[in-house]
Amino acid sequence: MTAAFSLPDAPANDRARPLLVAERVTKSYGEVVGCRDVSLAIHPGEVLGIVGESGSGKTTLLKVLSARMAPNAGTVSFDAGGRGLADVYAMAEPARRALMRTEWGIVHQDPRDGLRMHVSAGGNVAERLMGTGARSYADMRAEAAAWLGRVELDVGRMDDLPRRFSGGMRQRVQLARNLVTRPRLLFMDEPTGGLDVSVQARLLDLIRELVRDLGIAAIVVTHDIAVVRLLADRLLVMHRGEAVEHGLTDQVLDDPQHPYTQLLVSSVMTA
Amino acid sequence: MTTPLLHAEGLSKTFVLHTQGGVRIPVFDALDLIVTAGECVCLDGPSGAGKSTLMRCLYANYRPASGRVRVMHRGDWADLTGAEPWRQLEIRRETVGYVSQFLRVIPRVPAIEVVMEPARARGVPAAVARDRAADLLARLRIPERLWSLAPATFSGGEQQRVNIARGLIAEHPILLVDEPTASLDAANRATVVALIRARKAAGAAVVGIFHDAEVRGLLADRGFDVALRRVAA
Ligand SMILES: Nc1ncnc2c1ncn2[C@@H]1O[C@H](COP(=O)(O)OP(=O)(O)OP(=O)(O)O)[C@@H](O)[C@H]1O
Ligand SMILES: Nc1ncnc2c1ncn2[C@@H]1O[C@H](COP(=O)(O)OP(=O)(O)OP(=O)(O)O)[C@@H](O)[C@H]1O
Ligand SMILES: [Mg+2]
Ligand SMILES: [Mg+2]
Repeated sequence: MTAAFSLPDAPANDRARPLLVAERVTKSYGEVVGCRDVSLAIHPGEVLGIVGESGSGKTTLLKVLSARMAPNAGTVSFDAGGRGLADVYAMAEPARRALMRTEWGIVHQDPRDGLRMHVSAGGNVAERLMGTGARSYADMRAEAAAWLGRVELDVGRMDDLPRRFSGGMRQRVQLARNLVTRPRLLFMDEPTGGLDVSVQARLLDLIRELVRDLGIAAIVVTHDIAVVRLLADRLLVMHRGEAVEHGLTDQVLDDPQHPYTQLLVSSVMTA
Repeated sequence: MTTPLLHAEGLSKTFVLHTQGGVRIPVFDALDLIVTAGECVCLDGPSGAGKSTLMRCLYANYRPASGRVRVMHRGDWADLTGAEPWRQLEIRRETVGYVSQFLRVIPRVPAIEVVMEPARARGVPAAVARDRAADLLARLRIPERLWSLAPATFSGGEQQRVNIARGLIAEHPILLVDEPTASLDAANRATVVALIRARKAAGAAVVGIFHDAEVRGLLADRGFDVALRRVAA
């Protein structure tokens, strides 16, 4: 037998304290239920996938979690700067804005919602740095270039406007714009939706590598099981506005318990 | 050594197939199993008895209807089945390894990185993990020209050997192996037996499913008949 190599000591338990906690959040649009009574906790470095059919409340829940849409009931708390959990809707507006600019990132399904289309790719990334107090033009430009390189965009095109980029390239600019401030939590709504299959695959590989290498937590909304199988540690299954099942990704996909999850998983298997 | 490392207590599992009219498949009920350091327990029983189901429950892949699985983790007993997800993943990273029957390929990731990954997840430096992965792949006779390719196109036996290397690299104190030699030739079978024996000698608690009587004889200290724990349907 080859000499067993020595394993490093277990790392300190930096994952034990939750980063974000939602308690019984409900959001209705008049008579229409968006999401109902959903509770969850995200720990540092975890990737949570939210799956479910169209209209099941995934986007609604993500908006509520990311402080963009106040719930009718329930609370969302975040451990900003490691100072302990605080209700994001009870925060003063400047504190909430600071959170969104630094510790959170949001990757929208439609890049036009997440990028300034009349500002260059490099400018889009630098703008977020400016929000954190960076001032030197040369430094910001260098940092933006580094991040555009990291998301595998041709740095030679950093002065181009995003509207001249393909869908996959725009998503890369969004990623760079969000990651440049090294957020602790990334919210993504269908990040690979509407892209060609091959472009989707490359982008997924990239997201998986970045999230793992940077150790950031992420919440990914998608209706695509293949996406969460690759990206997510855990799944939350939404059905008619309710979270009907949650667990480790392999638990939910290999041993689904709820009738809706069984249907969802079996329809993928036979597809 | 007789230090218990794994304890399944009152474990029950029934599948309910909601998409097929709510059919219930009871598999086992109120099952107890203790596995100690350095011991290898072979799960026995005919096809469909529930051997793989039990093993998956021990990994918290399948969720038992009742009962729990406790494991010795970081020097204390931890409730694997009832733990929060981040903690379940921590236990899998550090304490419980599982060699499934089939490799679940991560698309586009080269074989050597598939093997390295569990060691990297435990914080082993990339260069060390790569050397160790290369050593395991070589011992398992995976030709070097395949190491940089994604295993999706590998033969069944090659995929299984990549899977075994991946399952062994992090040297978990508890090792679960589901038919690790099923599609291997005699030479590779002998290698796998030697690798698992080495884990036992190092104090790992091993739970295995071995259809091959010879392999079973070389590895198992005792059998555990899952069929005897079956519930009448
Ligand atoms: N602004 C709104 N006004 C009224 N109803 C809305 C609004 N936004 C969403 N809804 C409704 O809330 C429910 C949940 O919608 P949501 O967008 O959260 O679903 P989803 O799971 O993200 O769906 P998809 O996969 O199609 O994006 C749906 O019935 C939807 O019609
Ligand atoms: N994910 C699942 N969903 C539903 N039923 C399942 C699932 N996994 C296993 N079963 C059922 O549980 C029973 C036990 O199956 P299991 O695979 O554990 O048997 P086994 O003893 O490993 O058999 P073999 O020797 O053929 O591998 C079978 O009736 C099987 O159909
Ligand atoms: Mg949506
Ligand atoms: Mg089996």
